[in-house]
Amino acid sequence: MTEKIGVYVCHCGTNIAGTVDVKGVAEWAAEHLKHRGVVIGRDYKFMCSSLGQELVEQDIKELGLTRVIVAACSPHLHEKTFRTACKNAGLNPYLCEMVSIREQVSWVHTDKVAATEKSKAAISGGVERVIHNEPLEPIRVPIHADTLVVGGGIAGIQAALEIADAGYHVCLVEREPSIGGHMAQFDKTFPTLDCAACILTPKMVEIGSHPNITLLTWSEVEKVDGYVGNFKATIRKKASYVNTDTCTGCGICWEKCPKKVVDDVYEAGMGIRKAIYRPFAQAVPKYPVMDVDNCTYFKNGKCKACQLFCPTEPNSINFEQKDEMLEIQAGNIILATGYELFDATRIPQYGYGKLPNVFTSLEFERMCNAAGPTEGKIVLRDMKTTPKSVIVVHCVGSRDENYNKYCSSICCMQSLKFAHLVMERTGAEVYNCYIDIRTPFKDYEEFYKRVLEEGGHFIRGKVAEITDAARLPEEEGKLIVQVEDTLIGKQRRIPVDMVILSSGIEPRHDAKEVGKLFGIACGASGWYTERHPKLDPVATMTEGIYIAGCVQGPKDIPASVTQGAAAAARVLGKIRQGVISLEPVRASINETQCSGCRICNGLCPFNAITFIEDDKVSSINPALCQGCGTCVAACPAGAISGTGFSDQQIMAQIDGLLLRNLEPVEA
Amino acid sequence: MTEQFEPTIIGFTCNWCSYRAADLAGTSRMKYAPNVRLIRMMCSGRLDPTFVLRALSSGADGVMITGCHPGECHYIEQNYKALRRFLLLRRVLTGLGIEAERVKLVWASAAEGARFASETTAFVEEIRKLGPLNWGGANGRGPSTQVPAPKLEEVPA
Repeated sequence: MTEKIGVYVCHCGTNIAGTVDVKGVAEWAAEHLKHRGVVIGRDYKFMCSSLGQELVEQDIKELGLTRVIVAACSPHLHEKTFRTACKNAGLNPYLCEMVSIREQVSWVHTDKVAATEKSKAAISGGVERVIHNEPLEPIRVPIHADTLVVGGGIAGIQAALEIADAGYHVCLVEREPSIGGHMAQFDKTFPTLDCAACILTPKMVEIGSHPNITLLTWSEVEKVDGYVGNFKATIRKKASYVNTDTCTGCGICWEKCPKKVVDDVYEAGMGIRKAIYRPFAQAVPKYPVMDVDNCTYFKNGKCKACQLFCPTEPNSINFEQKDEMLEIQAGNIILATGYELFDATRIPQYGYGKLPNVFTSLEFERMCNAAGPTEGKIVLRDMKTTPKSVIVVHCVGSRDENYNKYCSSICCMQSLKFAHLVMERTGAEVYNCYIDIRTPFKDYEEFYKRVLEEGGHFIRGKVAEITDAARLPEEEGKLIVQVEDTLIGKQRRIPVDMVILSSGIEPRHDAKEVGKLFGIACGASGWYTERHPKLDPVATMTEGIYIAGCVQGPKDIPASVTQGAAAAARVLGKIRQGVISLEPVRASINETQCSGCRICNGLCPFNAITFIEDDKVSSINPALCQGCGTCVAACPAGAISGTGFSDQQIMAQIDGLLLRNLEPVEA
Repeated sequence: MTEQFEPTIIGFTCNWCSYRAADLAGTSRMKYAPNVRLIRMMCSGRLDPTFVLRALSSGADGVMITGCHPGECHYIEQNYKALRRFLLLRRVLTGLGIEAERVKLVWASAAEGARFASETTAFVEEIRKLGPLNWGGANGRGPSTQVPAPKLEEVPA
């Protein structure tokens, strides 16, 4: 045995020493693991203190230690501390292992003898493992200074602007013809009731004209290759059939287009657009796109009205345009693809889709919007009658075991805003049917108080049914809302003219596939999983991929903006570093042992393993590999090894933990 | 049977969820049985079933495999691979004449210190009921004198 191992046992004050005989453990290690290379066993009051670290450093220098075991707290707390100490003393930091005898022993066990024995076993396992540790160097990767932002809602806009303003280039990709996202559809924003367009459109214009931003609307990311610092995204720029070099956005084409189409996206089905269209007047970019599924020319081969009337020279309408595939280099990626509204037809007893005067929240938003289909007038589906009574139903599709268990977080404030707007614009009686009112952020509770003072009625209870089947004369021609008022303990039937369903928000229907594309995961509810829910809510488990806005979970505009800016700050930090170091915990394939069976190829969720056709072997890209080790465990030829978690290390640790390494004691 | 049988159990944890659950059980000072000795891996997907066989042949009476909940794996979906291997492994163990119950799979998120502690204690009790693993004469406590475990060098890399 050529290794010289030092074992250091920490008292952690009385945290460990109170339950474990630390001195005894250190002496035991020095004596009973001597034949395994342990040359010194020390105990110390606080190993993590500078004096404790100096103890380790001194022994490395004076005794020539080649491996270090620190038995103390969890490695998640101080692994870095002790590895740095080793590095300072000239020992490769990866030749130091920590053994947790605080979180896993002294804090969870009361029996001193058992705790001491378990500590010995843990140290024995650590010693056996560390013998097989190899000196490692962090993987250094250069960072490309460009950033790809996917999704042009408020979160993506904020992120792109922050990075662009800092002087770095951003490519912003948006699926729809214009950026703006859901916020562009809203009228007023809570709690201050400033108009969404007034605060959003200046930002949109800034995106469109920023020298550091390449805006790709009507485009989708189809493929992502590479890894942190060096991503390559393949983007499909869908044919818009409009030449944006010559188009002035004058609007004659959609004026002349004879084909009217119900706008399900921007107008939420409440308004119409043409087959060639720009979703709204303030759209960025200003150019229209052609909806080929509805265009008369694409369907029948006749029409071309848009081309005929286009006043530009040369003509901007180009029916021969094809989808373009673009390749973008980026060092980091921010995903801000937003959410979808809960489909209220999934709750049949609420009658949405059957009862005309049941509206969804987005429909109502469009109705309130001065630029919307009713020019801001709150009316029934006949587009003329003003309602005299309105019920806002909270938690539609949220906090419901049958649909989504989570709270959509925005609907309470959104519903209060609806109540306020209805009262302000129509003077109608407004009822809010809620489970709980949740108004936790700045000025939100004050807004709730304001709506209460304005005379809004609040009924605590989940709506059971919305029907048009009248039982009483005063219910005739009305929508009847059946709800248990849990505060008075009574069933109520409330006849009203209009019902607004405050629908919850859901992950995008294709969130899973998109996540796969970028190598990130969805949680149980379908939102993307952040690296840490509290301490790292914008990073993901894939280095270089960040999330912002509702993709991470339901949130309102202020929170989305905050997260967009936070993601941008993280990206800027990475760009400024120029080069980043990655933990060298990676798998690698021994090509001489690889049989080319390709079992490992499909196992890697990060697409790090590729098959080299010429050599008939698989190969791992160390920058893409995240070090989970699944391929190592799967390889039938034993050709894959993992640094930091090799078979030898784990097998040895098992033996050590079971004290198979002890020399037989003569009885 | 005057003395209570104290089983020795090897526990495999993943770096992101279940090891952190063990950490949390510690910081919350939850008490659980001291019979489980943990090994930290990056992911439950790293679990080579031979590790379990090695542990059982080297004197462990039971093996606890822990990982992130399905859908919460930090490597996206690798814990599903651990689940597959676990299910196959149980069949192999039965074929070898070993109670499949000696290997247990527990999902524990980083927030579930209490679950980690209670599952550990419960598993220790289950193994206590099963008694020592009689694998080639080993009594489950320390090295067997009859059938030595294979030397490390003989284990394929």
